[in-house]
Parts: sequence; structure tokens; C-alpha cells
Amino acid sequence: MSDRDVVISARAVSKRFGSGPNAVLALDDVSVDIYQNEFFTMLGPSGCGKTTLLRLIGGFEQASSGEIALEGKALNNLPPFKRPINTVFQSYALFPHLTVRENVTFGLEMQNMPKRDANCRADEMLELVRLAEFGDRQPSQLSGGQQQRIALARALAPAPKVLLLDEPLSALDLKLRKEMQIELKRLQTETGITFIFVTHDQEEALAMSDRIAVMKSGKILQIGTPRDIYETPTHRFVADFIGDSNFLQGDIHQNGNDANNTILALPGGQTISLAGVAENPSRSAQQTSATIAIRPERIILAPQGSSETALRGTIDDVVYFGTDTTYHIRLDDQTRLLTRVQNRDGATMPFARGDDVDVTLPAAAIRVLVD
Amino acid sequence: MKIDRTNPIWRFHGITPMAIFFFAYLYLPIIVLLVLSFNENRLATIWTGFSTQWYSVVLDNSDMLRAAQNSLVIGLSATVIATIAATLAAMGMARGRFRGESGVAAMLTLPLLVPEIVTAIATLLFFIVIGVKLGLISIIAAHTVFCIPFAYLPIRARLDGMDPALIEAANDLYANEWQAFKRVTFPLLWPGILSGAMLSFIISLDDFVISYFVGGAGSTTLPIYIFGMIRIGITPEVNAISALMLIISIIFVSISFLIDRIRY
Amino acid sequence: MEFFTRHKRFWLIAPAVVYIGFFMGLPLLQMAYVSILERGTNGGVNWGSLSFDAYISFIFDRDLMDNLIINTDYLQIFLRSFELSALTTVLALILGFPTAFYIAMQPQSRRNMFIFLVTIPFWTNILVRNYAWMLLLRNGGLIDNLLNTIGLDTGGLDLLYTPYAVSIGLTYTYLPFMVLPIYASLEKLDHRLIEAAFDLGANKRKAMTRIILPLATPGIIAGSILVFIPCLGAYVTPELLGGGKFMMIANLIGSQFGAARNWPFGAALGFVLLALVLIAMMVYSLKFKKLPENAS
Repeated sequence: MSDRDVVISARAVSKRFGSGPNAVLALDDVSVDIYQNEFFTMLGPSGCGKTTLLRLIGGFEQASSGEIALEGKALNNLPPFKRPINTVFQSYALFPHLTVRENVTFGLEMQNMPKRDANCRADEMLELVRLAEFGDRQPSQLSGGQQQRIALARALAPAPKVLLLDEPLSALDLKLRKEMQIELKRLQTETGITFIFVTHDQEEALAMSDRIAVMKSGKILQIGTPRDIYETPTHRFVADFIGDSNFLQGDIHQNGNDANNTILALPGGQTISLAGVAENPSRSAQQTSATIAIRPERIILAPQGSSETALRGTIDDVVYFGTDTTYHIRLDDQTRLLTRVQNRDGATMPFARGDDVDVTLPAAAIRVLVD
Repeated sequence: MKIDRTNPIWRFHGITPMAIFFFAYLYLPIIVLLVLSFNENRLATIWTGFSTQWYSVVLDNSDMLRAAQNSLVIGLSATVIATIAATLAAMGMARGRFRGESGVAAMLTLPLLVPEIVTAIATLLFFIVIGVKLGLISIIAAHTVFCIPFAYLPIRARLDGMDPALIEAANDLYANEWQAFKRVTFPLLWPGILSGAMLSFIISLDDFVISYFVGGAGSTTLPIYIFGMIRIGITPEVNAISALMLIISIIFVSISFLIDRIRY
Repeated sequence: MEFFTRHKRFWLIAPAVVYIGFFMGLPLLQMAYVSILERGTNGGVNWGSLSFDAYISFIFDRDLMDNLIINTDYLQIFLRSFELSALTTVLALILGFPTAFYIAMQPQSRRNMFIFLVTIPFWTNILVRNYAWMLLLRNGGLIDNLLNTIGLDTGGLDLLYTPYAVSIGLTYTYLPFMVLPIYASLEKLDHRLIEAAFDLGANKRKAMTRIILPLATPGIIAGSILVFIPCLGAYVTPELLGGGKFMMIANLIGSQFGAARNWPFGAALGFVLLALVLIAMMVYSLKFKKLPENAS
């Protein structure tokens, strides 16, 4: 990864709002590198600091400590109008007194581009967002989705090094949001500009990003590709926030020195073999208890009696979702598990409420978490 | 706007000095007047020492007291009539549009639009023609006109800010129109009514131009009396009486402002 | 949801409207009628004999031979009133806009306090306010004293009873009317629009001229009208600070009901002033009320 060019790098950045006992630490010692030409997403619940980090990069706030650099040059205290970084605001912030074209040429004019060239470029940008014929309208005459595209065209027109997007899709309805996700990805690929995208919607993050940073309480918990984040979450929070997860807590017992003999003993007495489970590198050898996570769709159900090593449980509830069916399972020690089975053969459902089942947790699907 | 002012990107040059100059300009004359009203010197603008003697002189002046009494009678009468009319009108105007509504609304705020001097001479001519004797009654009638919008606007603002579901809820719980008004609307509305009434009262108390034209012998109001004194010259008595007027107005506006902030 | 039924609402609204109609609507109509009547020989009017003399005498005088000759005295008073009102409006804007902007940038909790401070002088007696300026401006008054103290011996500026004094007083009197509407438009201005301008490379001056000022224009226009119109009809300030030497329209109108005893002329002047105000308000509401609102 290090051979790629770093565009934005944040080093030990903290941001405190207010002072004294009412101070809020919005960002707590965050460091991150964002690379050339990537679609980077900051994902987390509201108040996790993702928007604060974005606004620091944009120059709208000043860091309390730490440093943010653009292509190796420190940006600290440079006002937003001196940064080759543009923003798509959550509310779009289109200038209501200017036409669509005037909105798009605004940034170009600020860079003293001649009016004619600016108009030319604006039309190109409007073409790019497929709103070529809307140049003479007022922003208020456009729909939410169209305003969104204009905001994009306006921010892209000055060809910034980095484009910041602050939950730009949150005001759109579901169908339009899906369309815009594809559109954003296309624009990022076509323009080759680094996109830094902020969202609280995990599906959106998975669908568009090259890399995702999952944030909580002012800290970045994990950075990785969507696949990394989904398949190998390091924290319980990450596993919980992205998709559904089952968590099982228990004591770790090791037979002899062979790591392959490690087992997790659940409080009810049942055991799960951790043989072949990828070790979480940050787990210490002395750890005696652990939480493991497993995705519902990775759990294998079978009629009871088909396996010796499986956990035993009963189906508590069956919920039909069309593409798949969710089974709520109660293990014999009362632990509850969620499993999901795809409805390949729509006509039949293999289990019914009250059935006793064997529950297998494949080693490859188990993640041992940090906390 | 909702901004973080500690961030230098929001520091626009010249804004703060201008604002400071603005408030200095606004309050310097008022402060100077208040200070000089406590000056013992006969020469009104040369400070020689603190004294409240001019207040005693003014408060012993029977002409002044009669003028103050006239102002009080006029202010109270105009306020009561205007506030009742304005409250009813605000209740009728709030919610639900009707044909000619904008015309009616324009009529209710017309007194704010017409230049005072025009109101004054038009009313004067009108009273002469219909044969109303110029005096307290004519002034009260004229003051009520411009007090109505001053009472109407805060009451209307209150009503517009009221959740319409409250009345529906009252009706739903078997309150008829009158009961709903008495038990729900009025208790929520009274700060607006009181605040509107106080504003009307100050406006009436402060009015000079209209009283000056539609008043007659024996209906000298406080501002007319002050005007007469100023015409003669700058004296410590005028300082004291002006300061009194000033303080009364400021107290009334402050109370009205505080009442208007009462929210449930 | 209505508080009352349609038929009851009518009776609620009626008293206020009828009252204003009777004590203001009728007098204004009657004033318009008096303006086209013949002047009575001992003051008053000759009811029933129509005449446009009042309007004609605004511009023309009759000489001994009964010929009309142009008389610019009254026109000059109108012109002066317009000049003073325009000057006052500009001064109020120069002071008022930065102040409104300053207040709009304050934390929410402090804004109401500032707005209250702006409005207090409006509620105090206009005579008192102007009198306070007499204390400051008169020869040997506080401004002279102050200048002497800091070593500028001006020998007395003699500011009172000059157009400057009238200007200062008018600005003082009507300043709050400029600040409040501008504040209202700035307050609802979405600060993210300014951030967006910064983001797109606008420096502070450009953000001000290209974004903030245009978006505050409805407030600036409303404020200018609210200052200009009452200024045009100002009576007390020219009377006290101009010392009667600098008549404005309102003083001219007033004098027709005092010493001059020319009711039709006074009514005609009043009617012209009223017409100017109503036309200005109409143009305003037609032209500017429909501007696209801030899309926040």
C-alpha cells in the first residue's frame, strides 16, 4: 500500500469543541492516510467525529492539535478558499440567487478563469452529471436529486485534488439513493479525483468505497476494504455496526500447547472449537476469555443428530424476507443466535418453528474480537 | 446562521468596530441625558456636581403633573380599547384563509404605513368637519387607531405560534368554542395580549405629532408640554423630565419584552 | 383548523377594521377631497367649490396680473426632504448592515439581547431622543466640550440647527428600522452557503459581495424603505434639530394648519406624501416580495 501516493494524511489530529467541563472531544488523536484516486469512506453513527474530520480537511474547522497535510504539505490554518479541495455539502448549499450555471462557474470565476472558458467548463460538468439542459434554471426549480448533481458539478468544476462529500445522499429517497451511489462511483472513476465520503449508512459505504474507516467516539476503529470490514471485523462495534452479527462470549481453554486445540467454552457448558480460526493479531496470549463474532449467513443449520461437534438448539422463530429466511435459534444454554438461509428453492423452507437443529459455526467464519 | 466564532474564517474585517460604533451612537445620547439630569448646575450642559433637585422641581410642577395625568388617561383609554379590538381581530384573522384577507390585513396595519403628519392633519380635518370638540376625547380616538396594530401584531404572532391541535384536543374533550378559548387559548395567549397592551401604552404615551394636532386647550399631554419647554430652551428641568420619560419607556419595553418571552 | 366559525370570525375582525376605517380611512378620503376644494377667505374651505389651486400653487404663484409664475420654494422643500432622507438611508445602511451582520454571527442566546438593545431607543419618546442630541450638538454642548478637551479648539462647531444636525438626528431616529430587516434576512441565511463560497475559492470580500450581500438584498431593500419613508414624513427632528430653519415636507404640511391657514394646500401636500408612501410600498411588495427565498 505504501507505494501509492498519499494525498491526505492526518497525523494525531484532535478536535475539541467548547472549553472547560462542557468541552466535547469530537476527534481523539486520529491518524489516517488517504491515497490518490481512491474512494475513501468514513463510516460511523452520528457524533462519531466523521463530519468533524471532513470539515477539518475542508478547512472549515481548525484542529485543536495534530496536523493535516495535502500531498505532504501541511494545511493547518489555511482557509478553505486557499485549499484545492472542494465539498459537496449535506444540504447541497446551492446559491439560491444564482442560476445553475452560475453556481457551477462560481469556483472557476474565483480562480479568475475567463467567463467564456468558465461557461464552457460548466457545460462540460453539467454534461458529466447529465443535466446539460438545466444551466439556466434556478436551483429552487430542481428536484432534490438534481440539486445533488448540481452540487457535485459545482464542486468538481475547479478540478480539486480531493472532493469531500458530507452525507450527500441522506436527503434522497431509497431508489434515487441507489442510483446516485452508482453515479458517484462512476464520477469518481471518470475524474480520477480522490473522494472522501462521509456516511452513517453501512450499505452505502460497502457499495461504493475502495476503503472504509469505521469511526466511533472520535476514534477510527478499523480501516480496510469493504470486504475486510465485513468479513474480518476487529471490534465488536464494527461487526455490529456493519451488517448483522452474532456474538458469543466465553472462556478460552487450550489443551497443551497446540493452538489448534483451543476451544471457547460458553457459559452454558457447550464448547466451540477455535481450530483454524484466524487469530486476531491484537489478542494477547494470556487472554482467558474472548468474544467471537459470526455472520448469520455463515452459520450452518442441519437437522439434529447429523453432527457430533455441532451446538444444539431449537428454532424459536422464522421470518421470511423473500430473498432469504431468518431463523431465530435458542441454544440449549439459552444463548440466542440469528441465522440466515438463502431461499434458493423458494417453495420449501427447510425448518419450522420448534424444530431442534444442529448449529455449526465454520472456523473460517469465526472472528475473535479485540474486546 | 450558526457558526463557530472562534474560527478565524468567520472574522470579517471592520464588522466589530462598526457594531461598537453603532451601539455607542445609539446609547451615547441617552446616557448623556441621564447623567446630565443629575447635574446640579443651572447651566444644563456643564457638570458641577450630583443632585436630584431638578427631579423635585419637575415633580412639584403642577402644569407638568396635569400633562402627565392627561397622558395617563389617554394612554390607558386608548390601550384598553385598542387591545380589546386587536385581540378579537387577531383571533378572527389567525388560521384559515378567507377571501379579502390580505385587504383586511392591510387595513389593520394601515396606521403603521401612513406618515404621522398625514394622519394628524387628516384626523384634525375630520374632527373639525364632524364637529368633535378637540380635547382628550379626540386624542383618545386618534391614539386608538395607531395603537391597534401595535397590539395586534404581538398577539397575532402568539396565535400563529400556537399548535392548532391544542384547540382540536380541547374540542375533542368536549370543550365548546368559548370553553376552549377560556381554558386553552387565553391562558396561552395572555403574555401576547399583555405585551401588545404595554407596547400600545408606550406608543400612546410617547406620541407627540398626532396629539399636537388633534388636541385642544386643556388636553396638553406630557410630550406636548415637553415640546413647549424645549422650544423655550435647554434647561435642567427639561433634562429631568426627559430622563423620566426615558426611564418609564425603557422600563415598560423591558417588561413587555420579558412577558413576551414567557413560553410554556 | 380555525378558532372560530367563518361567521363568528367576521364579527371578531369587524370592530378593529370598522374603527380604523372610520377614524383613519374616512379622514384620509376627506383629506383627498379637501385638497381639491377652494380655500376659504378666512381660512377653512368653501365646501362644494372644486379647485385645483392647491396643486397648482405647489409649483406656481400668481402675480398681480393673475399670471402663473414658477415658484420653486415648495419644490425645494420637497427636494431637500428627499435629499435628507436619501442621505439618512445611506448612513443608516452603512451603520446598520455591519451591525446586523455582527448580531447574526453571535451565539443564539445573545442575539435577542442585542436585538432588544437595538429596539429600545425606538420605544423612547422621539422628543426626548432629539433633545438628547440638542445637548450634544449645541454650541458649547458636549461635542464642542469634548473637542476642546482633546485640544481641538474649533471655536464651537455650531452644529445645532444645521442640515448636519437634522441628518444625524434622522439617522439616529430611524436606525433600528434598518437593522431589524437586514438582521432577519442574515439570520436565516444558511451559513453553509458562505462555507460553500469559501470552499469554491471565494475570499472573504468575494463571499461578502457575491453571496452575503445578494442574499441580504431583500432585507436591505426593506430596511431602506422603512428608513426612507418615515424620514420623508419626519416632523419632530427638523423642528428641533433644524430649529425650524430647515423645513421638511411634514413641517410645511403642519404650518398650513397653523399660521398659514391654507387647508387645501396642506391637504394636497399630505395627499402627495401619502401617495408617495403607498406607491413605494406597492412597488416594493410587487417587486421584491416574490424574490426566490433563501433555499435553506
